[in-house]
Amino acid sequence: TKHCPLLGLLLLCRVKFDSGVLLLSTHRLIWRDQKNHECCIAVPLSQIVFIEEQAAGIGKSAKIVVHLHPASSNKDPGPFQSSKYSYVKLSFKEHGQIEFYRRLSEEITQRRWESMPTGQAIRSPLPGRIRAVGIVGIERKLEEKRKETDKNISEAFEDLSKLMEKAKEMVELSKSIANKIKEKQGDITEDETIRFKSYLLSMGIANPVTRETYGSGTQYHMQLAKQLAGILQTPLEERGGIMSLTEVYCLVNRARGLELLSPEDLVNACKMLESLKLPLRLRIFDSGVMVIELQSHNEEEMVAAALETVSEKGSLTADEFAKLVGMSVLLAKERLLLAEKMGHLCRDDSVEGLRFYPNLFLTQS
Amino acid sequence: MHRRGVGAGAIARKKLTEAKYKERGTVLAEDQLAQMSKQLETFRTHLEAFASKHKQEIRKSPEFRLQFQDMCATIGVDPLASGKGFWAEMLGVGDFYYELGVQIIEVCLALKHRNGGLITLEELQQQVLKGRGKFAQDVSQDDLLRAIKKLKVLGNGFGIIPVGGTFLVQSVPAELNMDHTVVLQLAEKKGFVTVGEIRTSLKWETERAKQVLDHLLREGMAWLDAQAPAEPQFWFPALFPELHGQDGAPEAAPGNAEP
Repeated sequence: TKHCPLLGLLLLCRVKFDSGVLLLSTHRLIWRDQKNHECCIAVPLSQIVFIEEQAAGIGKSAKIVVHLHPASSNKDPGPFQSSKYSYVKLSFKEHGQIEFYRRLSEEITQRRWESMPTGQAIRSPLPGRIRAVGIVGIERKLEEKRKETDKNISEAFEDLSKLMEKAKEMVELSKSIANKIKEKQGDITEDETIRFKSYLLSMGIANPVTRETYGSGTQYHMQLAKQLAGILQTPLEERGGIMSLTEVYCLVNRARGLELLSPEDLVNACKMLESLKLPLRLRIFDSGVMVIELQSHNEEEMVAAALETVSEKGSLTADEFAKLVGMSVLLAKERLLLAEKMGHLCRDDSVEGLRFYPNLFLTQS
Repeated sequence: MHRRGVGAGAIARKKLTEAKYKERGTVLAEDQLAQMSKQLETFRTHLEAFASKHKQEIRKSPEFRLQFQDMCATIGVDPLASGKGFWAEMLGVGDFYYELGVQIIEVCLALKHRNGGLITLEELQQQVLKGRGKFAQDVSQDDLLRAIKKLKVLGNGFGIIPVGGTFLVQSVPAELNMDHTVVLQLAEKKGFVTVGEIRTSLKWETERAKQVLDHLLREGMAWLDAQAPAEPQFWFPALFPELHGQDGAPEAAPGNAEP
């Protein structure tokens, strides 16, 4: 049996059966209410004429529409005696639709119910392995697993609540210390400040005194800044001396694999680069875009080169310039904007896009 | 010890008292810090015990993550602030979201040429799940929103815009003010909007509507269908993931060497 725990909705006769679990066996398609496991609706696979997919859209989840033969007179009782609709819609709230569609198609194609009576265990051809293919055995196993999972989940939530109580105490204590610091008006030593900040860092508590989360300048960020200087030297050289902070974030975290940096860790470390006299620096453009540059990199000099490139081509958009020079569009745009700010380029901003021209007012006046 | 005058003596005594008070003040802070240090160790032990039992739950269950995040927010703790925090180190909750951050950045970059840097949360979720593969952990929309909130600090213009019951995710540093947001919300139902509709629904002057739409056109977030029957229509690729871009290949993913 294949188990799809993410099914949200069964649409039957325009009546919604919400929050359920969809099960597929060689013989039946079963929908079971997640909360009340006694409530099941089953459709024999033999009743299915064909199935079709409906892709997800805005505000709509992915669906499978199951078209059925008319019911036989000896069918089991179900939620409705009869219906004018000949199909049932299965709505997948999160994901799983693609996988389930594939499996359901397989089962319908293979028609294993024709050769396999229900409720019997079948020995697989492999020696020493018994697979209970019968529905009853499988359902019982699922039931046990569900009970186990439920038990685990409620225990987990209980433990979580207890843990949070203790965390709350830590928050209260840190507030009390912060108040003492405020009262004393900075009578706390440098050393104590560093300790306090590292405690806040561990707990993830925003620094109540300065209101930055654990504030920049912890030992951790200093070490991180030095590490970054080592890691980023070569990549920066390969990219013309400049990289956006999002590029750096991806590069560093992809390389780490585990124990990743948070975005805030990265920003706080980078803020310390200059004061630690490392060969890289953080720069923030007017647009808010943040980059790391080699100290040896001079963006203003690059602007002169950019002007030449634009002049050669007559005019360029950020996209065109990026492709020519081999830069990201984001940084290409920043360079052109800087060139404009410095008076070397001027813009033609139309609905066709933002295009930069050499500033002839400057050169030809 | 030489004699002091009454005035000088009083001042000297005051200074002595102040000095003693300062000393005690420092001692008080020292005491509390020592207490915090001890309690922190105790807490760490509790968290370790919790992690050994329930670490899997965090990775496997979006519902549990949601509950966890809500509780942290209630007590004033940000478990995602630092990879060096206890939560990240012991529960691994950091790695889950920071990696998700990387995947979000990559998806947004890959699709930017098509949608101008706007994407629905649903499409983002689909694309991220696709990239993660069949056997990866499930990722809920709440997970994505939390990862995106953290990415904002990188200065790349990450933002979340509520539209019609879902969200649009912005991933470029384009300035989108209230006017732009409202037009996006209006366009969400059909995927496009006209100046006429804006005038009727929002009661704006034509000029204001045109300015907003032109800005969105220039940013590449809207495309103009001037051939539409009644009046020009402004379409938003972000609201229609099936539309394909006509302006060439997407950019290389960040963190890779450029060709």
